[in-house]
Amino acid sequence: MLELILFYMAATIALVSTILALTRVNATHALIYLILSLLAVAVIFYLIGAPFAAVLEVVIYAGAIMVLFVFVIMMLNLGEKGDRREKKLLKPQVWVTPVILALILLVELVLVLSQSAPAETQGLISSKQVGMTLYGPYVLAVEIASMLLMAGLVGAYHLGRRYLEEGGGS
Amino acid sequence: MDGVSIPLDHVLLLSALLFICGLLGLMMRRNVIFILISLEVMLNSSAVAFVAAGARWGQADGQVIFMLILAVAAAEVAVGLGLVIQIQRRFKSLDMDDADRLRG
Repeated sequence: MLELILFYMAATIALVSTILALTRVNATHALIYLILSLLAVAVIFYLIGAPFAAVLEVVIYAGAIMVLFVFVIMMLNLGEKGDRREKKLLKPQVWVTPVILALILLVELVLVLSQSAPAETQGLISSKQVGMTLYGPYVLAVEIASMLLMAGLVGAYHLGRRYLEEGGGS
Repeated sequence: MDGVSIPLDHVLLLSALLFICGLLGLMMRRNVIFILISLEVMLNSSAVAFVAAGARWGQADGQVIFMLILAVAAAEVAVGLGLVIQIQRRFKSLDMDDADRLRG
């Protein structure tokens, strides 16, 4: 019963923060809400018995990919305009809502962790099981994913170079 | 904590709603950064559906597909943000309507 309530709360937070993220004017504010939405989805993953997916969601999605976004946004508006934006970012009305929603998620996580011992749960899919499946029947998919990541790396390197600006295209 | 107690329908409903949010954002926003964010939301919602279905039948396949979705999202974001930097350098703005040379 408890996890059902927690699930609906996390789902509400995920939906609300996604809608808020897509309606912001400032890209940095949107990213804060998007990270919050991803954290809520991670809590949902934990609740439906996929702890490994929850960890990956936090580490890779909310960590690595969002850091990439933040880097590019910070790269795009440099100078005193960026400084003014940063001062605006420190005003309370900007970060109070995300912090409240994140605190609700934290309380949920503490509740879940305190109410049940992980060893005796039934529908849990352990990371060992996931690893066995990943490198058993899906090993070809892993290879294809590695090639995709390599292609993404090369493509990003090529697109980020400066000579495209002067030479190519127009 | 077991996967049975949370109904699959509701997780799928959440996934569909998140997908619709991402789709609407993709169609309505004209800022390149927000278009990429909408794509992330859509990929993430499909990942929710995969993991929920995998947990419902106790199979690890859902989480395997989730990891592949993560790899796709990472590659897509890397290339997309490279494009964002190029668009900013060429057109001095992030509005997609400035980059309409391919329009017929």
